[in-house]
Amino acid sequence: MSTIEKDVLSRTDLESAVQERDREIDELKARLAEWEEAYDGMSKRDVLFSTVSGRDVKPLYTELDHASDHTSVGYPGMYPFTRGPYTTMYRTRLWTMRQFAGFATAEETNERYKYLLDHGQTGLSVAFDFPTLMGYDSDHDRSLGEVGVCGVAISSLADMERLFEGIPLDQVSVSMTINGPAIILYCFYVAAAEKQGVDVGVLRGTVQNDILKEYQAQHAWIFPPEPALRCIVDMFEWSSQNTPKYNPISISGYHIREAGATAAEELAFTLRNGFEYVERGIARGLDVDSFAPRLSFFFDVHNDFFEEIAKLRAARRIWARGMKEKYGARNPDSWRLRTHCQTAGVTLTAQQPETNIVRVAYQAMAAALGGTQSLHTNSMDETLALPTEKAVRIALRTQQVLAYESGVANTIDPLAGSHFVEALTDELERDALALFDEIDEMGGVVPGIEQGWFQQEIANSAMRQQREVESGERVIVGVNHFTEGSGDIEIDTLRIGPEVEERQVAKMAAMRAGRDADAVRAKLAALTEACRGEDNVVPYILDCARAYCTLYEIRAAMEEVFGSYKEPVFF
Amino acid sequence: MSDERKIRVLVAKPGLDGHDRGAKVIASAFRDAGFEVVYTGLHQTPEMIVNAAVQEDVDVVAMSVLSGAHMTLFPRVKALLDEAGADHMLLTGGGIIPEEDVEELEKQGIGRLFGPGTSTGDAIAYVNEWFATTHAG
Repeated sequence: MSTIEKDVLSRTDLESAVQERDREIDELKARLAEWEEAYDGMSKRDVLFSTVSGRDVKPLYTELDHASDHTSVGYPGMYPFTRGPYTTMYRTRLWTMRQFAGFATAEETNERYKYLLDHGQTGLSVAFDFPTLMGYDSDHDRSLGEVGVCGVAISSLADMERLFEGIPLDQVSVSMTINGPAIILYCFYVAAAEKQGVDVGVLRGTVQNDILKEYQAQHAWIFPPEPALRCIVDMFEWSSQNTPKYNPISISGYHIREAGATAAEELAFTLRNGFEYVERGIARGLDVDSFAPRLSFFFDVHNDFFEEIAKLRAARRIWARGMKEKYGARNPDSWRLRTHCQTAGVTLTAQQPETNIVRVAYQAMAAALGGTQSLHTNSMDETLALPTEKAVRIALRTQQVLAYESGVANTIDPLAGSHFVEALTDELERDALALFDEIDEMGGVVPGIEQGWFQQEIANSAMRQQREVESGERVIVGVNHFTEGSGDIEIDTLRIGPEVEERQVAKMAAMRAGRDADAVRAKLAALTEACRGEDNVVPYILDCARAYCTLYEIRAAMEEVFGSYKEPVFF
Repeated sequence: MSDERKIRVLVAKPGLDGHDRGAKVIASAFRDAGFEVVYTGLHQTPEMIVNAAVQEDVDVVAMSVLSGAHMTLFPRVKALLDEAGADHMLLTGGGIIPEEDVEELEKQGIGRLFGPGTSTGDAIAYVNEWFATTHAG
């Protein structure tokens, strides 16, 4: 009933309306009780009726299970954005199909990017190798055996230039999954765009740059939390002024979930991390609306179809309410949670890998029904090795079938009003708020990390799931049930040979020999000095990048002041 | 088993890869199975792992490698263990390791390597069996 209608109702009318509603509820309850009695008397399958996160699911949901109304569900593009961040959603633009890719050297990955763009992919996403993720050059001792194996090796601006050769950076949006040394790779990227003659003000894309979840789950860190957070706020500030269409962070639940967290933990830890970054920006003296509109998110889409959809809906609502009510943001863009999603790598099985195509397709559908802005669909062979071109093409085709054939993109948030989905959305929101309270009791996110609380929660959830799988209670097709044919894996895989490392090391040597050594020394010294003071460090790192200082040189120049992170070790 | 000493296992994460879900799950499962477990934490060099193995005087070194660097890391740790006079230790592990690499590493004297989807029970049984055979009598 609308406010206007209420105003014109007399007191008696109102009372009778309330009585009428009470009668309806009583009748609903009576009929539900009748159904429950019938249900209880019948046999049921002897299996777990819970989500993969261990959330009990009732056999039936009714309107008695949720309190959804226009204030909690609302409309797409309108506060609190439960139904989607944008007014028109996929009617204006489909989600961006963005496959994460990178292997060997910049040249090979450049070719893969061109292949993906030729096949209708609409954005790029860079996977770096482990040395790059940890801030080591390809020719560093610690990089031995790992160069180009799990992603592309990028050790300086020279590699970044090769990575995007022939790909105009003013026309394609690029996402980079890098965290510990994110600020350095971002500067390589900006410098590469400058080299292409592109106005950096038009750059679109995202750098993951979410260090809190590195300490909690993914573990590719360099510096301790406080200096790492300073660098992130420096990026918020510099990027908002110089690359205003670029997202300087992607606050990520993906790795938290993959490490073992439940859906509610993923939701709560991610959003609480997001609010932590907001608090740090405000503490610096930044206007919340100057940087919050460019904060972006990244969630995992796991096996439980409805729980994942509800998670994305709840995420938007919690973020909007927090940003508006707690942090005082006034710009609706600061309230609007925009997210990338990836299907859950951890659900892929090495046994009967073709079955993974089906898992990925359901997860992708959940992402679309949950209203994602972009999506990576995993390739079926990723538990065995890096994906082959054929496997990647099938994964991309899965998204295209979903977008163009299934009809799910025709109407916005089609599951709104479903008793089950609304009840789950409410439940996940409540669970997340309860976890926020626990985190606050510990003194916040950083103390929680230092005490190993997040890490322990995630490990406990991983262990619970492992036990369910090993006891056979949680069915994994091809692994603990329906295993006929699981023994013979016949599938092509992509292999990265040691010659990649040799080639990359040779290129590094040539690059080092060809640069101005005095400029390198001077720029690195200036950076170390800036780290000691309070200046924004981005311009200093950018100067280093332009002078072809390497990743590790820049890292070391900063580490001199910042120190390095030591994890609390336990299991 | 009760009158025998406990099997000592070092669970190790070599290289730069931060994926420790498997390492932590197997460490907990080994502990639940009655082994004495030491976990190295992340980002260990082969030298650090072998030092820890010798210092803790373990029976088994179990490495989790998801980075694709297994063909470098397993032989390197094996060579360093031999050099340190610790060739009586079992070097085993798990991760994303293609079948042909598993076979190649076995030829080099490395123990069984377990892939995705392995039950922790299989790994426990393997270690128990190895220990019973090598410490018989």
